[in-house]
Parts: sequence; C-alpha cells; structure tokens
Amino acid sequence: MKELEELNLPDDIRYTGDHEWAKITDDTVRIGVSDYAQDQMGDIVFVEMPAIGDRFAKGDQFGTLESVKAVSEIYMPMSGTVIAVNTTLTDAPELINQDPYEAWIIEITPADPSEYDQLLPAAAYLDLLKG
Amino acid sequence: MRYLPHTPEEIEAMLAAIGAGSLDGLFAAVPADCRMTGSWPLPAPKTEWELNGHFRHLAAAMRIDDSAEVLVGAGCYHHHIPETVRALAGRSEFLTSYTPYQPEMAQGTLQGIFEYQTLAARLLGMDVVNASMYDGASALAEAMLMGLRIGKKKKRVAMAKAIHPHYRAVVRAYLKPAGFDIVELDVLASGRTDLSTLDGLDDLAAVALQSPNFFGVIEDLEAAAAAIHAADALFVTCFTEPLAYGLLRNPGSCGADIVCGEGQSFGIPRSFGGPGLGMFGCKAPFTRSLPGRLVGETKDVEGRRGYVLTLATREQHIRREKATSNICSNQGICALTTGIYMASLGSTGIRRLARLNYDKTEYLKQVLGSAGAKVAFTGPTFNEFVVEFPSDFRPAYERLLTQNIIAGLELGALYPELAGRSLFCVTETTGKQTMDAIAAEVRA
Repeated sequence: MKELEELNLPDDIRYTGDHEWAKITDDTVRIGVSDYAQDQMGDIVFVEMPAIGDRFAKGDQFGTLESVKAVSEIYMPMSGTVIAVNTTLTDAPELINQDPYEAWIIEITPADPSEYDQLLPAAAYLDLLKG
Repeated sequence: MRYLPHTPEEIEAMLAAIGAGSLDGLFAAVPADCRMTGSWPLPAPKTEWELNGHFRHLAAAMRIDDSAEVLVGAGCYHHHIPETVRALAGRSEFLTSYTPYQPEMAQGTLQGIFEYQTLAARLLGMDVVNASMYDGASALAEAMLMGLRIGKKKKRVAMAKAIHPHYRAVVRAYLKPAGFDIVELDVLASGRTDLSTLDGLDDLAAVALQSPNFFGVIEDLEAAAAAIHAADALFVTCFTEPLAYGLLRNPGSCGADIVCGEGQSFGIPRSFGGPGLGMFGCKAPFTRSLPGRLVGETKDVEGRRGYVLTLATREQHIRREKATSNICSNQGICALTTGIYMASLGSTGIRRLARLNYDKTEYLKQVLGSAGAKVAFTGPTFNEFVVEFPSDFRPAYERLLTQNIIAGLELGALYPELAGRSLFCVTETTGKQTMDAIAAEVRA
C-alpha cells in the first residue's frame, strides 16, 4: 500500500471523509473514489451503480465497490439526481485502480451546488488521512 | 475431552476485562422475559438402548420405510434412492467433513458441490446455482428477499396461493416483520394462478409461482414470465418436485429470473420431514445479489484445476449486515447427495424417471375416473393431482389404511374451500395393484 505522501490528490477537486471525490463542472458534478480508497481496497472487481434518474441526499449510499478482499459502500458527497453512470466500469472496474480520477462513477445534477464548498480541499483531506 | 472451553478463571478474567462484572451483567441487555429461568424442559437422559428403541418407535410411527404405500407428496416425495447414492454420500470424507473454508484441505467436498451446482443449473435452466439453502420454504423466502434487494426501493411482492402453504407461511415470517407487503394471487378453475390482478399492482419487486404447484398443476411459466415482466417485477419460479423438469421445459428457458425449491426428491430420504435441500439459482445479471455460498472453478499456481468458495464478499462473514443472506453452514451433505443422485441417473435417466412418474399418475387418474371420482382442476399435472370423490372418502381412506395404503392428503386443513378433496401423489414406487385397490375402494 502507498505511503500517505505517495497519494495522488489533485487540487482541482474536493473530497469527503468517506474517501469520495467530487468535481464540479458547469451544471454537473462527477463523483468517484480517491486514490487512498482504491489503494486501501486493492483490486476492484465490481462496481454497483445506481440507475439514471435516482435521487439521493448528501451522505446517502449510492453504490458499492467490491474488491477481492472487501466490499465498501460509496456515499453521496452532495445531494442530487443521477444523470449518468460510467458504464465502462461494468466491464473494466480495474480502471478505478489505474486512475481513480479518470474513472468517475456517477454524474449528478446537484440539488444545492453550494454543498460543494463544504467538501474538503486536497490539503484538508490529507490532514484527515494523517489523523 | 469435555466440551467446556472456558475455565471459571478464564471467564472471570474476560468479564473483568470488559467490565461486565458477572455473567448476568454480560447478558443485562437481554430482556428478562426472553431469558430462560429454572431448568430446561428436557426429558431425563436415556441409555443407548433406550434411545435406539425410542427412535425405532418414532420411525415406525412415520411409515418412512417401505412398509406402507404412501400416495402423499405435498412437498416430500417417496422416490427410490439408488444404492450408489447411499454408498458414495455415506463415505466419511463427505459425511463428516466440515464446511470447506480451507480449499487446500477440501477439494473433494468443493468439487462435489461444484458438480451439484452445475447439474442443478442445467436442470433448472439457470446461469448460476448456489451451494444450497436450508430447504424449499426458506429458499423461497430468500428469493423474495433477493427480489426486494434488486428492486431497491420497492416494498411489495406477490405469490400464488397455489404455492405450498408452509412455504407461504415461511415467506410471511421472513417478510412481514420487515414491513414488506405480500399479495396473494388466486387460483383459477384450471388450478393455475390468476395473473390478471398483477395489472393493478405497483411497487412490485417480485412475483412467485410454484410449478408444478401445490395442486400438482403445471403453471404456464412462459405466459407468467411475460405478465410479470410487464409489471416490471422479477419472476421467481418455485418448486417442490424438481423431477418434473426432467419432462417439462425448465423455468430458465421459460423466462424465470430466480428459481428455488426443494431438492428432497433427488436422493434424500423423507425422514422426519427433513433435512431437505434448498435449491437456488438465478440468471447471471443477478449473481451478486444471490444469497448463500458459491463454489467456483479456478487454477492453482501450477495451472491445475481446483475449486474454491467464490464471490464470498456477498456473505455475512465478510459483509456483516450488508450480506445477501444470514445463512450459515447448512447441510452441505444434502447438496452433495443430490449431486450424486443427479449424476447417477444422468439426464436420460431423469427424463425416463419423470416420464414414468407422469404415466403412472395418468393411470391413477384413469382408474379413479372409472370409479366415479374426478380430477378437481382441469390444468395439466405431473405426479400429483387433486381428486373429488362421488361420496365421502373417509371410510375408504380408513379401509385402505388397514391395507397399508396411505391414500392421499385431505386438503381441508390447508385449503378449507377444498375440504373433502384429496391431493394424490404417484411416483415410480407406486404399484399398479395399489392404484387398483384405491379405485376399488372408491367404487365400493
């Protein structure tokens, strides 16, 4: 597993304490899991995604990640409605291990874009990981 | 060695470590009315010979041997068990081995279960079959829960009234306390299930039909699949007599999404009504929602074929409260026995045996018909059917009992509207003489 210093934590996205990331672009937000999450889980073999049109509140579980050793729930960093799911992950879940920021999981229309500002910037997220 | 794992000193030390003080303190969270007080209501111990005598007496009372001709099925069937099944399944390597957590120690058991899964998947037309559930009834309850898991926010299921009443009771016991809604579907004059009411139901996660159903009637699975899928629900096909699929189109090819039922017919003695075998399978897209254990084929580091438990992340020892089921080590020997039974007969053998069951059943229908009785439902049947008698059947039933013939199951207790009618079951073990004797008593 990676040392904390080795983690790739881009500055142009925000993070949650549950290790999701959110990236805001115009009217939509893409959501995935952090480098730390994919590294801790090991080889990811399955991603369970919601249906397009599903609505979730911030903190709701919207899917699961399954690796060879564990299953983890993934939670909404922000409230919103699912407008796209990354179907390439259905056949190639390992893309999350290869590049967790390219391999987004869902795209939503946020119910309240200001929730983005409550998420953790990279430095704050790293501090959280350091405990 | 006595099975007392902890000494008083160890118990003392552990209680001190967690600060519980005493055993009563440890169990303080258990409400008083849920605790056992006084002594256990168990009979006094018996000697070995007294115990043997006790069980001999019980066995004799149940007529599970061949001392009586039993024309009752209703979920538990009297089939011949080939000697190969007893000889192989009785081997201590199978019979006494623990659940196969260590694949390096348990290749025989794992391969046995893998072959059971493979043969059962072929018989039922499913992409995947698990390593078994407790019995047919709990398998149906698990199937409904699986449907609700897949249906996500949906809270309602429907099941046919023609499903075994005990199975429906188990489904209610599993689902009702969790707040799910259960709709029951009526029986038509044909004995088939009325699916016309599905139209008006929303929020429906799954619909279950049994085929052949409790009345022996073969449901139109293909039409049911269309109606159920149109209602945006999953189609669960349940069964108590898997032998029927030796002759009938299997549920998978008719459009079932989940198939579950009782495997007792395949090599497991009737005993005291159990243990049974819960057979359970689904189509590939639903694999990760499947309850229970799954054995898969793999290769070892040297490229040799081997078997391991797979997709274990669905299971409770990894996924805790998010597991697809809380089933633990069940009677794996029953799955293995059924695997050996299916392999002993082969697909040709199962087909011929199913045909024999069907033909003999048709013979009983015919002789009962000539004796003035009639078949209660018009739908096609396999090896069970409901009979209406020209007059009260009870005196004839009593006379047949004295000839060691148990002539069907009177339905009044299970379906009051069918009081006076009896469910008959005919298998390969039923003799022509027996069937003629029943017809003669009906005529008398």
